[in-house]
Order: sequence, then structure tokens, then C-alpha cells
Amino acid sequence: MSTVATSATAASRAGRSGSLAWLAVPALVIFTGFGLIPLAGVLVLSFTSWDGLGDIGFTGLDSWRAVLADPQLPHALWVTFLVMAASWAVQTPASILLGTFLAGDQRYRAFLSVLYFIPLLLSSAAIAITYKALLDPNFGLGAGLGIPLLVQDWLGEPVLAFSVVIFVVSWQFIPFHALIYQGGVRQIPRSMYEAAELDGAGRVRKFFSITLPQLKYTIITSSTLMVVGSLTFFDLIFVLTAGGPGDTTRVLALDMYKRGFQANLMGPASAIAVILVLVGLVLALLLRRLGGRDAAHSQLEGA
Amino acid sequence: METRTTSRRTFLSLSMGLPLGAALAACGTSGPTRPGGGPSGGGGGATATYWYLSVQPQEGVRTRTMERFNAANPNGKIVGTILQNDAFKTKIKTAIGAGQAPTLIWGWGGGGLRSYVQAGQVEDLTSWFDQNTALKDRLFPSSFGAATIDGKIYAMPCETMQPIVLYYNKQVFEKVGAQPPQTWGDIMDLVPKFNAKGIAPFSLGGQSRWTNMMWLEFLFDRMGGPEVFQAVFDEEKDAWNNPIALDALGKVQELVKADGFIKGFSSITADSNADQALLYTGKAAMMLHGGWTYGGMKQDGGDFVSGGHLGYMNFPPIDGGKGDPGNTVGNPGQYMSISSQATPEQKEIAKKFFATELMGDQAIKEWVGTGAVPIVKGADSAFASAEDAEFLKFVYGIAVNAKSFAQSWDQALSPTAAEVLLDNISKLFQLSISPKEFATNMNAVIGK
Repeated sequence: MSTVATSATAASRAGRSGSLAWLAVPALVIFTGFGLIPLAGVLVLSFTSWDGLGDIGFTGLDSWRAVLADPQLPHALWVTFLVMAASWAVQTPASILLGTFLAGDQRYRAFLSVLYFIPLLLSSAAIAITYKALLDPNFGLGAGLGIPLLVQDWLGEPVLAFSVVIFVVSWQFIPFHALIYQGGVRQIPRSMYEAAELDGAGRVRKFFSITLPQLKYTIITSSTLMVVGSLTFFDLIFVLTAGGPGDTTRVLALDMYKRGFQANLMGPASAIAVILVLVGLVLALLLRRLGGRDAAHSQLEGA
Repeated sequence: METRTTSRRTFLSLSMGLPLGAALAACGTSGPTRPGGGPSGGGGGATATYWYLSVQPQEGVRTRTMERFNAANPNGKIVGTILQNDAFKTKIKTAIGAGQAPTLIWGWGGGGLRSYVQAGQVEDLTSWFDQNTALKDRLFPSSFGAATIDGKIYAMPCETMQPIVLYYNKQVFEKVGAQPPQTWGDIMDLVPKFNAKGIAPFSLGGQSRWTNMMWLEFLFDRMGGPEVFQAVFDEEKDAWNNPIALDALGKVQELVKADGFIKGFSSITADSNADQALLYTGKAAMMLHGGWTYGGMKQDGGDFVSGGHLGYMNFPPIDGGKGDPGNTVGNPGQYMSISSQATPEQKEIAKKFFATELMGDQAIKEWVGTGAVPIVKGADSAFASAEDAEFLKFVYGIAVNAKSFAQSWDQALSPTAAEVLLDNISKLFQLSISPKEFATNMNAVIGK
């Protein structure tokens, strides 16, 4: 994501003054090397049959037919969609509230914002291993502290396992999105709040009438990151549940890995990878459209 | 199928070369490399590479065996990297496909080895074994089965044989006043007894999936003999529709429904040894697991093994079953191949390792010390002085007397079929598919 963003800004800057076009080169080289070329490779591989070891044989549309006819694909798509929707629905309100709270310039809030940031510094694998240990029904937190309520088959019951995945994902990424919203809230001119206060608006009214509408583009940015990012959740789910129990948490990325690297079916796995890329692109475009139509329109009228 | 073929190298370097190479390099440096084995050390001689599995006590034996070899061969050392079991399985495949394989390819033989052979990635060792008949004759002939593909030997059988054993916690049985099961009926009778006392009847690391598979392997064998799975292996059409197979699949679901397995089994992994911990802490009464877990429980379980609280037996017969109750399943050995991508110097080092230390006298002694039976003829002569003589004799007895020592299904089948198998097994234990659906899904990948 970050390379895309960098190259986009670099390009727009270069548009204004042609002499700075070379600034785009490092980003372009990296994006081509790590983004475009592998993508082309995967696209080609999706028309082949390859076990990951021997020679690659072109088999036309065989892999695509196999993938599209497999009932596992709609299931994985559905799970991916559920993860996307649920993690968005949990993260967005929490991040907006937390971000607005942290935007205040009180000392303790600055201190808290540092604390809240910590989960983002940990690697997904480490988080997943820790939660897995804590949630173990026999040796975990619940059993250790003797709290029966916590002794659940957290990762073994389909609904619970799915909820745990959403919870852990949110726990990890809410700090990041709260940070984005914090920045967004700080951009809102004070004068708007002062005007509202003169009109007698309370805290809640100010939040819904000023803060939230002013955060429109921040919401779109953060939602794009959440939605497209949720397509690539892999490490966390892989360590936490390995797609289980059964296949209740097997998202598209996990399905791709299992087919490619465990079942040695690189062709179908590449086809899924292409589907993943397409879904991600379509979603990103849709979200841009959603707020992009009047991007030039000023939000600061009357400020 | 393969109408046009392209060099896999071209594709790899294009599509995955950079990120994969970086990832591998990162893993290589962060992985614990043994001291004195660095490429620059050792007087400038060539070095061979060797990846092996973590988890003590086996890891220690592998490390010391390698170190002994390095001490004796300062000009041709082996550099080792330690990996986790389930991670190893995918990583080694990726590395081999990328032409980055270690010199020594450790594995379980069978279907996985076949896929390496078909890709021309491992050395044919047939002629080498013909020249080293003394070595070949030392090893159990039955262990060569999973190393032989289309009549040629591609791997050296090594380390230990690991039949699957039914373990039980004697203390828990005493507390409940129960006797170890003699038949499948006894097992089903024991389940409510233990559950009533708040003890799980069986420990199971179900997230690893092959752990669930061991149950099916025994149920199939006891009910219909080795022929039932052999039909699948021989690629007979609709082999899983065998009524005995469907019956066995149903039996395992009955056990799941009766709460035979510990709560949360589908989120427990075998790699963390949590399933063994459940048995030796008395949270579970019994466990069906590989012979290698004896060493793990001895090491981690306090006085559980040394105090004689661990009971073990072969899987009991099933009423009306046709299979011989003396049969067993598991790993007839471990297997070490040589990468065909290695340099001639590396291959020489590897062969020297095979001929000397890999199954040398000291290595055999240390394997016996872990409570496992090395796949060497007359290994039982070393048992008398061993700490775990009783267990060793038990395992040796199973291996010698079994009319059939079947290889684990996921190792015998091709990786593609094995993945579908494991996937469906986890769904079967989750009760989300019926035996009939299981059979249909599995029939679809026969021969793939």
C-alpha cells in the first residue's frame, strides 16, 4: 500500500514541475520489482499446472475451472467478506471515538495515546501466539485464574473462533486507525467549534454535526485501509486458528496458501491470488468513488 | 497435461525470486546455526547444509550426531538449521522448488518423497547402497519400503521407528477405578465414566489434523485390515465408499459426539506438546499418539514416566473387526535424501555422513536413550541397559510382530491428496460433514 501511495504523490508532484520526475524512480522501481512483476508471474502461473517442485506445464484454463467449480471458493469469499464487514464495523466506531478523545491536548491523553499505540508495534504472529496461549481452555487464562466464564472453547467453536479473530484483529489495528482519526480531528478548525458553542451546541451535538462530517475523508481513507487490508489477513489467522475449526475462518488468503504450499497446487493457488487482487482493486476503486466525486469540494465553508 | 514446459527457474526468479530469497535468507540467519559450522570456518572446506526438526529430546540427538561428524571431518562440515515440524513441511517444499534446498533433505518418505523424485530433485542412492551393502544390511528391510520409488532407493532410512501407541495415565485410571480398554466397546464405556469425574477421556491436538488421522488409521485397520486403505493407495475408484470405511468414519464421529475428546481439541496443536501435557497433568486419561511422545513426556512430565504412571498399549481390537489386532501404523522410519542440486563436494559430505555418524553406534545409543527404537537390526540388544527398557521392548515387539506396519496416510499419499484428506478429517471431527460426504470428497482426489 505504501509504495502505491508514494508513487502517486510523487507522480502528481512531477506533473507540476517536470524536472522532478526522477523522484518517482525509486518508488517505481520498487513497485515494479515487488508489485507488478510478481503479479504478472502469478497471472501466468494461474494458467499452468505446477506442483512447486517440477516443471511448469501450460494447461490453459484448467486451474481456473478447478477453482471456480470448487465449493470452497464461495465459502472462502463469504468468510473473507464477513471478516471484512465485521472488522470494519467494530474498528471504525471505536477508532473514531478513541481518535477524537486522543485529539485533545491534555497531558494524560498524550500519555494514553502512547500506551494505545503499543499493540501496533507487536508482530501479528507474536500477538496470535500470545492470544492462543491465553485462550487455551485447559492451560490458558481462564483455567489459570479459575474464572469459569473465561474457560470456553474459544478457538474450537465456529462462532467463538470467528469472534476471537475479529477481536484480535481489532485489538491490533484500532490504535493505528485511532491515530489517523486523531490527525483528522486536529485538522478541524477551532473556529467551527467556537461558532457552534455560541449557538449553544453541546458536546454530543458538536461531535455529530461538526467532527463526524469533517472526518468524511479520513473515514474513507481509514475504511479503504481496513477493507483492503482485511483481504490480506493471513499470519494472524494462520497462527491463531489455521483456518479452523473445520474451515470456519478460512479466508481467501489462507485458502490460497493451503492450496499452493500445502497441497502443491500452484496453478489454482495463483488463480485465487488473481481473484484476491481483483477484489482488492474493485473495493479500493469503489471506496474512492464513494467519497471522491466531490473531492475538490471544500469542507471548510463557513469556517 | 504438460503440453509446454518452461524452466521453473525462470518463473521463480521472476515471480517469487526476490521476496522468497529475502525471506529464506532472513530465516537462515535468524535460525539457530550451530557453532563452528559457519561457512567461513572449518579450514575452507566445502560445507553441506542440513535442516532438522526441533522439539527435544530428538533435536538434541540430531544436533550431537551432526557435531560428532563435524569434529571428525573438519574439512567437510555440515551446517544445521532447526525448524518446527509443521513449518518444516511447507518450507522444505518451497526451498526445493526454488532450487535452494539444503544438501540433506529430511523427511518421512512415501508420497512426499515421490513428488521430489518426479521433479528430479533428489539423488538416486540405489547404486550407492549396492556399494555399501554392510550399511544396507544393518537397517530394517521393512524401512526401505517408503524410501523406494519405482524400484529405486532415493533416501536412507534413519533414526527410529515410531508406531502409534495408545497411552494412558495410570493414576487417573486408579482414581476413577477403571481398567484400560480391551476393546472398542470398553473405550465407549470409559468415556462417560471419565467425563462424570471431569476428566477428558482422550487428549487430542486436533488443530494439527494428522493427530485426528491416527484415529482413523487404527479404526480402518482394526475393522477391515490394511486392505481398506491400500485400495485408496492403489488408486481404486471410489475406494472410500467401502462400507467398512464409512462405518469407521461413523465410529469416530460417535466418539466425538460422546465427548470422547478433550474440550477444545480442535484448537490444540501437537507442535506445542499441549496434548501430551494434558495426559501427564491428569486432565485427560488417554492419548493416541506417536511413539516419539514418550521421550517428550519423559522430559517434560516430571516423574510421570520415571514414576511408572504412564501406561501404554497397542490399539485394542474392535468387536467384529477383521483386522489383526497386532497390526500397527505410524512411521516405519525417517528418511534422509540428498538434493540433486548440491555440489559434488556437498554430496560427498552427505554420503560420508550417511555411512558414518547418521546411524553410527553412538547415535543408536542416544536414540535408545530417548525411549525410541532405532531402525537397526538387533537394536534390542542395547535395551537391557537402557532406562526405558520396558517401553523399548514394547515398541520393538509391536514392530517385529506386526503383520502390517502401515505408513501414516498423509505421508503415503501425494501432498495434494494429503491436504484434502487432512482438511476433510478436521471437518469430520468438527461434525460438519458426514462420513458419506467425507467419502465423496476423498474419492474425488484418488490418484491425484
